[in-house]
Amino acid sequence: MMDDHLLTPEIEEWRRTIRQYALDASLDFFEVIYELVDYDEMNMVAAYGGFPNRYPHWRWGMQFEGLQKQYSYGLSKIYELVINNDPCYAYLMRCNPLVDQKLVMAHVYGHSDFFKNNCWFSHTNRKMVDTISNHAVKIRRHIDEHGLEVVEEFIDLCLSIENLIDMYSPYFSGGEHTSEEVKDQERIDEIGTRSSVKPYMEEFVNPPAVQVREKKEILNKIEEIDNFPSEPQRDVLHFLIHHGQLKSWQRNVLSIIREEAYYFAPQGMTKIMNEGWASFWHSKMMTTKILDSSELIDYADHHSGTLGSNPGMLNPYKLGIEMYRDIQARWNSGRHGSEWDSCQDAHGRTDWDNAEGRGLEKIFEVRRTHNDITFIDEFLTEEFCEQHKMFTYKFDRQQGQYVLDGRGFPEIKNQLLEQLSNCGRPRIYVESGNYGNRGELLLKHDWSGTSLRMDYARRVLENLEKIWGRPVHLETIIDGKTKIFGYNGSRHEERTGS
Amino acid sequence: MLRASLHAVTPRPKNKYRKVIAVRKIDPDANRFRKIVRGKIRENLKQYVSQGEILARKGKNLVSVPLPQIDIPDFRFGHTDQGGVGQGSGEEGKPLGGEQAPPGPQAGDQPGEHILEVDVTIDELADILGEELELPRIEPRGSDSIQVEKQCYTGINRTGPDSLRHFRRTFKNALRRQIASGIYDAENPCIVPVREDRRYRSWNTKSLPQSNALIVYMMDVSGSMGNEQKDIVRIESFWIDTWLKSQYENLETRYIIHDAQAKLVDSHTFFHVRESGGTKISSAYNLAKELILKEFSPSEWNIYPFHFSDGDNWGGDDTAQCLELLRETLIPFSNVFCYGQVKSAYGSGQFIKDLREAFGTDEKVLLSEINSRDEILPSIKTFLGKGC
Repeated sequence: MMDDHLLTPEIEEWRRTIRQYALDASLDFFEVIYELVDYDEMNMVAAYGGFPNRYPHWRWGMQFEGLQKQYSYGLSKIYELVINNDPCYAYLMRCNPLVDQKLVMAHVYGHSDFFKNNCWFSHTNRKMVDTISNHAVKIRRHIDEHGLEVVEEFIDLCLSIENLIDMYSPYFSGGEHTSEEVKDQERIDEIGTRSSVKPYMEEFVNPPAVQVREKKEILNKIEEIDNFPSEPQRDVLHFLIHHGQLKSWQRNVLSIIREEAYYFAPQGMTKIMNEGWASFWHSKMMTTKILDSSELIDYADHHSGTLGSNPGMLNPYKLGIEMYRDIQARWNSGRHGSEWDSCQDAHGRTDWDNAEGRGLEKIFEVRRTHNDITFIDEFLTEEFCEQHKMFTYKFDRQQGQYVLDGRGFPEIKNQLLEQLSNCGRPRIYVESGNYGNRGELLLKHDWSGTSLRMDYARRVLENLEKIWGRPVHLETIIDGKTKIFGYNGSRHEERTGS
Repeated sequence: MLRASLHAVTPRPKNKYRKVIAVRKIDPDANRFRKIVRGKIRENLKQYVSQGEILARKGKNLVSVPLPQIDIPDFRFGHTDQGGVGQGSGEEGKPLGGEQAPPGPQAGDQPGEHILEVDVTIDELADILGEELELPRIEPRGSDSIQVEKQCYTGINRTGPDSLRHFRRTFKNALRRQIASGIYDAENPCIVPVREDRRYRSWNTKSLPQSNALIVYMMDVSGSMGNEQKDIVRIESFWIDTWLKSQYENLETRYIIHDAQAKLVDSHTFFHVRESGGTKISSAYNLAKELILKEFSPSEWNIYPFHFSDGDNWGGDDTAQCLELLRETLIPFSNVFCYGQVKSAYGSGQFIKDLREAFGTDEKVLLSEINSRDEILPSIKTFLGKGC
């Protein structure tokens, strides 16, 4: 950290105070290191995804230019930037008034607590600042060796598919490691051995030389006949790293991109919860302890600026904080469980209060175990939707615009879950790496009611073909029919599947 | 491809500190991105460059700032099929309204990976246009003869009005005086400037050569010019304007519309007027001639008349009159005379043939046929590619 990024004495004093308040509120966070930066430094760090040391790539520049532009036209300004790392790094904008600095610091302690305790972050690399710098070093080395143009072009190919990871795999034991080779090896070990009756007979029953030869044969056979992977694989990147026709530096680049994608994935899976949690705590700490009365108006203005939703839009900050508040209120008054659910009496429901008082405890539990999908699934209630005037919208082809569709609770909930599932992206699996027994790649789109944008999908196929090294195919559903789109390196084809 | 509407561009607010900042770590990436957008490197990415825009407020007006972006393709949902959840009041079936229209799903795992954009200022646009069409720099004429006096605040004075007080210098002098005379107290730094400390900005007068240019846009608004035709004229005029503005400090534009009669109008009218009536091109040329003689002396101004029509002139001797007007006055007055003929369903397109016959070899007459929007850029190249 450079000296000129040190906090001013005034902010430093507030940092200590707020840190103590956060501890008092029983937040359990990674230590937070704040740095004071100018707006263009802030935009730069934000453009790099929070990490000041990234490998060279034009897209950071693109993001930077966009942020600079938005800032200079007064359209948007980044208030807060925090990195999931131990210790957490957070950036404060030098030009902000003190009240904003307080708000941001309080908010950041909320995030840090969430990073540390939410189980979906449990597998993330807490030394990511170092890891990402190492990645930068490695990629620079590849650039030195192969040229910027070549490496950048390959990175661009990879970016096309960087989302094709299995977000849930890190949470199952060894999901990361049971690669196809390991499974094949297990199978070979099983088949290739004749059981020997006596240990001393072993080398006669199973002569090592024969064993090696046999194993090789079986392996070849498996390669030939087996449609691998044996079951559809969500982690397309993993599959490509192990089975694509890549040079070793390319394999390295692709695995760097994959590792970073896995690191960022939980932030997409817990956007509502994470922002809601941080907002919940900044709001609580600011209004009960930190604020000076002279700062109230500014605080209210900025707080509502963050949480306000445009008419017709859903703000994750707002949804999150209101859900936590709702949960807290419900568990304080015992409005949950089968008794509550079965109560049909309107008066009984409004007056319901059994002084359970477990609200605070409950939200701490919720922030530990849930992600956005389970959070909505479990705690979104009909009353909540009504109270917050939620609705569903759809695209009306006749009017050529989005229209309000309805206010039914099941629809709202379904729509919200659908929107959140897989972070709003299509689910794509590797179906076969030996499609048509020609070593071609077949991906399958797990269709859930919405079609893909085919012009984009075709271009992805073009990029995939370069990584896979053989023709690639994608099975999806268009207008109710199963279609297989293929690209063989020179032209596209399309046929109706079975 | 280049695309913008008339109100679409505002120059970036100048940040005077920008140049002071040492090279930032991100600058190489940003430069590389700009080069890709301009098609200088990584040709294969050019297909992913798209025009975006953001809406910004400048004064009272809402302006839209064009932002090219590079959109790396990925597997994504077809946009219009998707619904979503919102919050607010309203009845079933109520449209959500243009600006509120939801931009797809909100959750993402990285900060705005595919939506961020970069701007191009009007100067950059002109540069891009210049590069794209390989337009030569224009050598202005009459530049030596016209001198303009300009006042620049470059000096410092000990006297002056308070409104021009230079706070920093004043403060520095006060500080220096206090330290020198030993009044300065580091524990309690309190700097009070006295009269001798005050410094004021002052100006120097510089004389600069100036180049002036006049563009006269003439458009046929007779019955045969439809909306599409006028759109083409409008887009083309914008780009011509942009380029010439980047070449001349002092650019005047005048708009003339004509059917059987010609009128001098403002730009709004020029672009919005409804079509009607017959066509008499000579009326417009006459008006242009009068305008130039009255207000813009050809010896001091670089004059660019642009005429757009569908080429359908009134019968009789009007075309002959036009040719005479051009030969005698308009062409000698002008740097170049440009005629663009827009294809329309009704026009015979005869006029360009007449011009070609009369001035086919004259370098100062540039003719171009614009059959569709795609031909706007080649047409601009025809008009401005000579650099005169």
